[in-house]
Amino acid sequence: MREFAYQRAAQVQDALTAVAGDAGARYLGGGTNLVDLMKCGVEEPTRLVDVRQLPLDGVRDTPDGGLVIGATTTNSDVAAHPEVRRRFPALTQAVLAGASGQLRNMATVGGNLVQRTRCGYFADLSQPCNKRVPGSGCAALGGVHHNHAVLGHSEHCVATHPSDMAVALAALDAVVRYETLDGAGEIPLSRFYLPVGDRPDRETALPPGALITAVVLPGSAAGLRSRYRKVRERASYAFATVSVAAALDIRDGVVRDVRIALGGVASRPWRASSAEALLRGAQPTADRLRTCAEEALSEADPLRDNGYKVTLARNLIAATLGELSGTDQNR
Amino acid sequence: MSANPASGAVGAPRPRTEGRLKVTGAAHYAADVPMPDLAHGWMVTGTVSRGRIRDIDASAALGMPGVLGVLDHRNAPRLNPEAGNYFGPDGSLRLLQDEAIPYAGWPLALVVAETPEQASAAAAALRVTCDVEPHDLDLRLEHPAARPASTAFGPEADIGDLDAELAASAVVVEERYRTPEESHSAMEPHAATVWWDSGHVYAEDSNQGAFSVSEVLAALWSIDRERVHVRSEHVGGGFGGKGACGPQVVLASMAGRWFGRPVRIAMTRAQVFETTSSRPRTDQVVTIGADADGRLRAIHHRAAYGLSPLSEYIEACTEQAKILYSAPAIRTRLTAVPLDILPPASMRGPGATPGSFALESAIDEVAERLDLDPLELRLRNQPAVTPVSGKPFSTRRLVSCMGEGARRFGWAARDRRPRRRREGPLLVGSGMATTSFSAGVFPSKASITAETDGTFTVSIGASDIGTGARTALTAVAADALGAGTERIRIRIGDSDLGMAWGAGGSRGTTSWSFAITEAAKELRENLDDPVRPMTVTVDTSTRIDFQPATERQTYSAVFAEVTVDPATGEVRVRRLLGMFAVGRVINPLLARSQVVGGMIMGLSMALHEESVRDPRTGRLANGDFAGYHIAAHADVPDIEAGFVPDYEPQDPSGFNGLGEIGTAGTAAAIANAVWHATGTRQRTLPIRLDRVLEQTTAVASPSLR
Amino acid sequence: MTDHTRSEISLRVNEMTHRLSVDNRRTLLDALREDLGLTGPKKGCDHGQCGACTVLCDGRRVVSCLTLAVAADTTSVTTVEGLATEGELRPIQEAFLRLDGFQCGFCTPGQLCSAVGMLAEHAAGWPSAVTAVDAPDQAPELDETEVRERMSGNLCRCGAYPPIVRAVLETAAREGGAA
Repeated sequence: MREFAYQRAAQVQDALTAVAGDAGARYLGGGTNLVDLMKCGVEEPTRLVDVRQLPLDGVRDTPDGGLVIGATTTNSDVAAHPEVRRRFPALTQAVLAGASGQLRNMATVGGNLVQRTRCGYFADLSQPCNKRVPGSGCAALGGVHHNHAVLGHSEHCVATHPSDMAVALAALDAVVRYETLDGAGEIPLSRFYLPVGDRPDRETALPPGALITAVVLPGSAAGLRSRYRKVRERASYAFATVSVAAALDIRDGVVRDVRIALGGVASRPWRASSAEALLRGAQPTADRLRTCAEEALSEADPLRDNGYKVTLARNLIAATLGELSGTDQNR
Repeated sequence: MSANPASGAVGAPRPRTEGRLKVTGAAHYAADVPMPDLAHGWMVTGTVSRGRIRDIDASAALGMPGVLGVLDHRNAPRLNPEAGNYFGPDGSLRLLQDEAIPYAGWPLALVVAETPEQASAAAAALRVTCDVEPHDLDLRLEHPAARPASTAFGPEADIGDLDAELAASAVVVEERYRTPEESHSAMEPHAATVWWDSGHVYAEDSNQGAFSVSEVLAALWSIDRERVHVRSEHVGGGFGGKGACGPQVVLASMAGRWFGRPVRIAMTRAQVFETTSSRPRTDQVVTIGADADGRLRAIHHRAAYGLSPLSEYIEACTEQAKILYSAPAIRTRLTAVPLDILPPASMRGPGATPGSFALESAIDEVAERLDLDPLELRLRNQPAVTPVSGKPFSTRRLVSCMGEGARRFGWAARDRRPRRRREGPLLVGSGMATTSFSAGVFPSKASITAETDGTFTVSIGASDIGTGARTALTAVAADALGAGTERIRIRIGDSDLGMAWGAGGSRGTTSWSFAITEAAKELRENLDDPVRPMTVTVDTSTRIDFQPATERQTYSAVFAEVTVDPATGEVRVRRLLGMFAVGRVINPLLARSQVVGGMIMGLSMALHEESVRDPRTGRLANGDFAGYHIAAHADVPDIEAGFVPDYEPQDPSGFNGLGEIGTAGTAAAIANAVWHATGTRQRTLPIRLDRVLEQTTAVASPSLR
Repeated sequence: MTDHTRSEISLRVNEMTHRLSVDNRRTLLDALREDLGLTGPKKGCDHGQCGACTVLCDGRRVVSCLTLAVAADTTSVTTVEGLATEGELRPIQEAFLRLDGFQCGFCTPGQLCSAVGMLAEHAAGWPSAVTAVDAPDQAPELDETEVRERMSGNLCRCGAYPPIVRAVLETAAREGGAA
């Protein structure tokens, strides 16, 4: 690990100033990903600006029945918050499906959103990786990619985004709030992560130096029946193979609102909008749910060794929607 | 059962002697021992599977704060190339001796600095360039370089007319089974702290046998063994991965000598994965012929495993075929394939674990083809004497294991047809397997001192790597001396205590307890002599019968129940039960822990474990605990384990080892249960979800039908 | 703004306050082990993937290997060495000992600290991934499934999981949640 300077910011403005004045500076939240990557030599900041003391902690109501979650709120506190559990159960489930109790006690909401891929080649300095060293190539494309992307990838990068929380946030139409020295801004989660394209090192739409201050959960998604279902190679404490966050509102036998987001399949939480459209206004029959699941994966382009993810994602969507709609009484 | 002469400590459940140290954090492992003037070593490892070092540019690293120096093949002390193991010289010990890179993860240099952070940062600044040569990792039975495995552990089986028996069989199953490279993954990374003083070398090292490590270190440095002092008071697990003289202690001994101060190397987890050792991949074909009534006519077990040209190794996958079943024709062929891989080492139940996965899966397939209960098939083919050697069994309580296991598990109620049980979206199935594991004894030296205060000090170069050796040997000594355990002080984990077998091969406890029992016997004969302290030392080398007339094995029957979600491929083990015949049990509390732990490792192997390598480089693609999954709490149900009454006649106290038998049979039992749940055979480990996942359109919708 | 790569910090560890000068790169784990001689917390992976380094920071369980010592300045840390008071084992330690909730003992300090933190989390009403979502106001009942899920951040290669789960459940039942 390279030597670095450390400072704690007491106010958002201090943090922004400190990072703006030093190209090698990074914000430090819980450190669960950044410190790990520093140990691997992937991240080499020369300055850490600790933001955990900033007054950005906690969960507050919004007038529309939604919630604002401060960026330094720990994952544990988000998951345990009674209003998150009541209004957005899929978010609680997603957060609790991630990492371990210890890591959730450390990790912050802001940090969770900007965590980096767990692609093994990204962390292996002896191997090419366009995300780590732009232009160096993608070792995963022709290498071990059993757990890589099947949607939205490019020949430059096939890594997946590791967050569980972000998948639920994508389904819930969350909005990310940030601040820069030039002022505050908002980005809907649907546009927060950039398409891979030819610059997989550019991951988010945050302006340079921006500090995430909060995540807003709109009231429109509050109270929807929602679920997060995660499939992984171990019953706990493992990253997703495929996960789905789904929400469903059925009235009089007709789907009024539906949200489907997939994790583990792309460089970002993958919102299955066209599949949702098939279901909205329709009766949630088993056939319709299956068709919807097929649609969600219609653009899938699996790699040599991960075609199973397409089947898995389809099955998982169908099963989760079935559970939410009550059409699958087995669940 | 033989009568026990003394206090009855053997057979009593007793918490661990060192338990209080371990639950208070006071137990010191190799990287914990306080040490003044300590320097820290950091390994730099190769990233290609074969090649030669062209250059190592240490100029930047040497200029960094706190850096004391860099050792590589150009300046490192020369080691004796003849140093080795049981099989002869071991090339994997010859660290930093030349430019050759024999596998990905091979240590190329050691950076030594005042703090671990400085050492790590300087290691990252080292610039290594190398010439890459083509490598070969392609393990398969038909590999052109395949050669017969060493028969140092015993000859191949070849009885009866295999072709004729197969031709006469009503049913012939011939299937191929594969098991991956696996990592021992003890929770304690290999670590050593080494210093030199007046021509003596002192090491605090993480290993499974301090004495044998001292022998190898002495050979490497060409010094008297008495000048090498290896201590391993507490060891954080081994499972075979710490059986050898590890790179940590070899390199730390070089650095300690070079820099003239204590040097500690605490390997990173990544280095443990890539540099220590692994269970080799196997590729196996089992052919079994049987009559319609379920009598086996022929067993043919072929198995290939990978090894490194650096050192000989035997993964004895075909042993169970020589032990478990009676058949007129039995043939085994064990094949070694030299590859550019990390040199393998025994891993919990070596040979038997991958081997019995193949054999016991194949037996289940025979039962399926015969439409016969797999337990019944096994019962019909139990041998009266060892099938291949013809030797009588010294004790064989396998049928008792099967019977008692079946009773506890409720096996009789099982519908043997596959894919019959459903619970909601889940398929439910059960399966079983049996296995055996070689037992025995090796020479060791024990000393017992009758102290002036009426206590006894028992000294033996044993290791406690989590097996409970301290606790078990205390009980053994207490009974042998006719004293209460409170009067026994046990000293282990130190090469100065004399020659002793290590914690391995399921032979640690039997070897040590034999020496202690013999020493106690002699001491008791002299206790009338009032001189105190009075010490008796016994070396069992000349007291062991290395050619016993009977076949000595331990046995198990393992039963598993699994649920499978065919829509996601998720397999969960819901119940796991093992019955074991392991001779007389010394401490039922600790013995149970050990076989349950073994079964959990078997569960982990069945469902999770696999070292994945990029074929282009041979580098591990999952060399950490986030990628190489070992079973976590949530994967493990409550597990039932029991011991059938047993007594080993070859041992003076009736003991056998039980460190490995728990692991060996579990994977096949789980694989057979997955077949029973789904109707699909899993012949490749691990049983990953993508191998189980089904194309399904099953979205049941009763409300809308 | 400081450009120093070392910092002066204050750590309250097991009720004792220490002033330390640390390399900013030093993790809390290494500060405890190397600077304070508290080698109970173990380095099993150094990447937050095994839980052997688990300690309590201001009462919450964390992995000390991914916590920078400098970032832990002014926090109150409890390590396995601080669980017993005046030689009196905590119930959870006693249960581990009696039920044989460990073999090699290397993961044990982390399992113990994790269990203490986990029982407090449960007592505070926190849900887990296996808690039913449909009853957000109900305190989850602690059963084997809950304990296994909540303890899954602590790997044990010896396979002492079943007695560990029993020890946690026994402790919870006997002490009403206080470990």
